[in-house]
Amino acid sequence: MKLPAEFLKGIIRQNPIFVLALGLCPVLAVSTSVSNALGMGAAATFVLVGSNCIISLIKNVVPDKIRIPCFIVVIATFVTIAELVMRAYSPALNRALGIYVPLIVVNCMVLGRAEAFASRRPFLGSLADGLGMGAGFTLGLALISSIRELLGAGKLLGYTLFPGFKPALMMALPPGALLVIGMMLGFFNLLKGRKE
Amino acid sequence: MENKLIVAAAPHLHARESTARIMWSVSLSLLPAGAAGVYFFGYAALAVIIVSIAAALASEWVLQKLTRRQTTLSDGSAFLTGLLLAYNLPPGVPLWIPAIGAVFAIAVGKQVFGGLGQNIFNPALAARAFLMASWPAYMTSFRAPGFDAVTSATPLSALKEGHLQQVYSYLDLFMGNKAGCIGEVCVAGLLAGAVFLLLRGYITWHIPAAYLFTAGIMHYMFGHHGMFSGDWLFYLLSGGLVLGAFYMATDYVTSPLTAKGQLIYGAGCGLLTVVIRLWGGYPEGTCYAILMMNAAAPLIDRYSRRRIYGTGKAR
Repeated sequence: MKLPAEFLKGIIRQNPIFVLALGLCPVLAVSTSVSNALGMGAAATFVLVGSNCIISLIKNVVPDKIRIPCFIVVIATFVTIAELVMRAYSPALNRALGIYVPLIVVNCMVLGRAEAFASRRPFLGSLADGLGMGAGFTLGLALISSIRELLGAGKLLGYTLFPGFKPALMMALPPGALLVIGMMLGFFNLLKGRKE
Repeated sequence: MENKLIVAAAPHLHARESTARIMWSVSLSLLPAGAAGVYFFGYAALAVIIVSIAAALASEWVLQKLTRRQTTLSDGSAFLTGLLLAYNLPPGVPLWIPAIGAVFAIAVGKQVFGGLGQNIFNPALAARAFLMASWPAYMTSFRAPGFDAVTSATPLSALKEGHLQQVYSYLDLFMGNKAGCIGEVCVAGLLAGAVFLLLRGYITWHIPAAYLFTAGIMHYMFGHHGMFSGDWLFYLLSGGLVLGAFYMATDYVTSPLTAKGQLIYGAGCGLLTVVIRLWGGYPEGTCYAILMMNAAAPLIDRYSRRRIYGTGKAR
């Protein structure tokens, strides 16, 4: 198994948002600004890497029938760590992300990688997979949120880019997220179709 | 050659009708209402109409070239979408609003789904909803008729805020001497066009009749002074109800196919319009009501299928 390949596949070929369509709930909710998106991406990556590592280490001692509750406990532990750290060192970000940080527990991307990958692969491969998926998730989120922040508020990372520009409020509202994600999914499918 | 005909259940008859013929006829039938809009609001209204149509045609052409499909500008559907979008805009909007709206209507409302005949929502109304959500300040500033560009509330929005300063006679409301969107003000012009479409058989009476009847009954029932005291004629003549009932709700692509389905669909449009008007956040609900019923149209079609000839009732 090649570790760089396990890492890289998460960024484009199996991007969790655009190709696997996993973890769309936080993508819809927190992609209104780039700073929120980066915070969410970092938190999700931390949880993904931590849970992937632990689950790949304990995969042989967990009975098959109760593996999902065990995975959830592991994931919830890392989510709690992430939330407490965020609350302590970046309360503003924590307020902005709100309920979506604890909700990483039920993010299908994290559980999906645990179930589909980490529970049947060695430690290093799971680590690389977690990092790659986390990076792909963060990049995808950053892309969507920069489009939405630019069109919906005329800003990027909080800085006004075009002073005369009248932002389209809808892009900052939920339909804007659905529109951008739909367009991006279509674009990725187009790329995939071209390759094949 | 696709999309040349309206697909309906057998038996089939041959006729000279085509998509292009219908689309251009509908555009023609909208002429009186548009002329009245330009008469009341001046050349600003004409500029909005022209920009909207030009942007719709341009984006249709560019998108079909980009996706390497046959360009279908001559079938008139993009022209009609641009025209209907302009009719749904206030006369004084900056000209980039109809331009962006028309691009959205064609790109996101229509071509994303695969072009004419595939779209779920009426493209012009989808674009209007997009503009409304994005630039509410421009989309809700109306002006009084006349060339002086005095801002004024529409009869419905004034009533919603609880102060109808100006008393509108039914004749004013009917002829279009009131603030409103370019194409919706002149009910007389719209009705003239609608009669033409009904006589030619391009639209049937089911959707508009069910729509206007339901909305009228609802407005009569839930009046401002208790039950069964509503000024239903005022409400029917105000806002975009007539434009919506005859031209937007009857869009072939996004409305049900059978007569029974069309009656249900029209009644749903009327019900939702009144609910939004009386208890919702917006003064006018026609656009959203039709969009919601567009989404329900496939479901209505499913449950109002015709019995296939020669088969019995399913037991």
